[in-house]
Amino acid sequence: MNPTLGEYLYLVAVVLFIVGLKRMSSPRTARSGNQMAAVGMLIAAVVTLLDQRIVSYVTIIAGLLVGGAAGAIMARRVQMTAMPQLVALFNGLGGGASALVALIEIHMGSSDVRTAVTAAVSILVGTVTLTGSLVAFAKLQELISGAPKTYPGQQFGDSLLGLAILAASVMLVVSGGGVAWAWAAAGLAAVIGITRVMPIGGGDMPVVISFLNALSGLAAAAAGFVIQSNALIVSGALVGAAGLILTSIMARAMNRTLRDILFGGFGGLQEGEYGVDSGRTARRATPEDVAITLAYARTVVVVPGYGLAVAQAQHAMKELEQALTKRGVDVRYAIHPVAGRMPGHMNVLLAEADVDYEKLYDLEDINREFPHTDVALVVGANDVVNPLARDDPNSPIAGMPILDVDKAKTVVVIKRSLSPGFAGIDNPLFYLDNTLMLFADARQGLAEIVDALKDV
Amino acid sequence: MEELLIPITVFVLASFAGFEVISKVPPTLHTPLMSGSNAISGISIIGAVIAAGLVEGTLGQILGFLAVAFATINVVGGFLVTDRMLAMFHNRDGRP
Repeated sequence: MNPTLGEYLYLVAVVLFIVGLKRMSSPRTARSGNQMAAVGMLIAAVVTLLDQRIVSYVTIIAGLLVGGAAGAIMARRVQMTAMPQLVALFNGLGGGASALVALIEIHMGSSDVRTAVTAAVSILVGTVTLTGSLVAFAKLQELISGAPKTYPGQQFGDSLLGLAILAASVMLVVSGGGVAWAWAAAGLAAVIGITRVMPIGGGDMPVVISFLNALSGLAAAAAGFVIQSNALIVSGALVGAAGLILTSIMARAMNRTLRDILFGGFGGLQEGEYGVDSGRTARRATPEDVAITLAYARTVVVVPGYGLAVAQAQHAMKELEQALTKRGVDVRYAIHPVAGRMPGHMNVLLAEADVDYEKLYDLEDINREFPHTDVALVVGANDVVNPLARDDPNSPIAGMPILDVDKAKTVVVIKRSLSPGFAGIDNPLFYLDNTLMLFADARQGLAEIVDALKDV
Repeated sequence: MEELLIPITVFVLASFAGFEVISKVPPTLHTPLMSGSNAISGISIIGAVIAAGLVEGTLGQILGFLAVAFATINVVGGFLVTDRMLAMFHNRDGRP
């Protein structure tokens, strides 16, 4: 194909990405937006395959077939509850591909300063994205513990690693594209990707996944600098922007900075150290008690959390919603931005169970409603409804915006036990006079309530 | 470094376009936005295909294969799974 025509077609692809992303701002247009972006990608791929510089197609076709089949199978088979780890995995592979493009460029003997500098950036960002995402994947998939893990002298060790990476990158440039230095930089970046994500706990995953998403875009943009492709630079910048916006929304929803999450634990507190008071007693309820409370309510606001995802309870939740709606109860959902393990996790689960997205309310919109709500039903959520964040300035989660469920007339909490959430902080909500605790797995508890409702 | 001026200009302007386009996405669509934009970052498939078609030697071929396969998983898987999610979003009239 004529190279100039190819460049114009890349421009068409990039425009389709931008318009497609724009259409992601409303559920009505989002699906067609995603399809437009996919068409853009197809155009870009076909143009590239017709590039006259290509001498052999064997490797390319093998990669396309294996990658296409693997991607399609994963996308079809994944359960909605496992979406965070799948997105983490895809993020990592995108970053890995960008790093590999730069590594191959160095292998082919490109030695000018511009290539060496941009390749160093691409290799570092891409490799950190790859290994960091694989650790996030392993934590979410529970292949390894989701708890924060550090090694002795972490700050010092990571600083040394950082210096070594800098040194290897400088040598890569100075040596005029030395292959060994490129691999050294990649190896060290791979290690630091692991050591920086291991200390991050499960509850911080929405922030980490968003940040890795931004990095995967920046890695693609960096690879674009290496091979001088505007299509890569623009697309990478778009994804970087999307990832950074989500990262800042998530961090704000936890009242923490990205720096705190990446470089500090929870204010140095040990788990369960803060405010645990075993002297109080929670009011235990049976599914029958809860069914009666719900049946005679006018308004119910449901607060879903990670426990709903773990128990795959979204369909049981929908059944309860239907049973209550049939009795004339007004049922709505309150979604905290960091409920679950990735941005929008709860929305996707409830959409899968056919819950009307117009019944899902954001934090600001629903908080005004709690004082007029008869029952707030908390299903597998904890820290996002902990009143300490609002009331106790000394609490480690002080200032984190919460859902004010304690202002509802009655609070029902479905939870497996009284154990604290990811922040390791006790939740006084469980001991309030207007709180009923139903100790059960979310799915089982909801199903028992639906059963009990039939006899009310 | 003068030759970097144009690509850096493109990068900066595209970032601003990205912030403008994406800043108004409602929380309901945060997951699809992330997986959809993630699929777009698979654009490195362009670089991967060219690199795999040019590179010589066994190691180069292996790296080229991995680059193409990784980017393709990212692209195909990302767009398909986003489509699957978005197909589930309905309001009470059953409209998307």
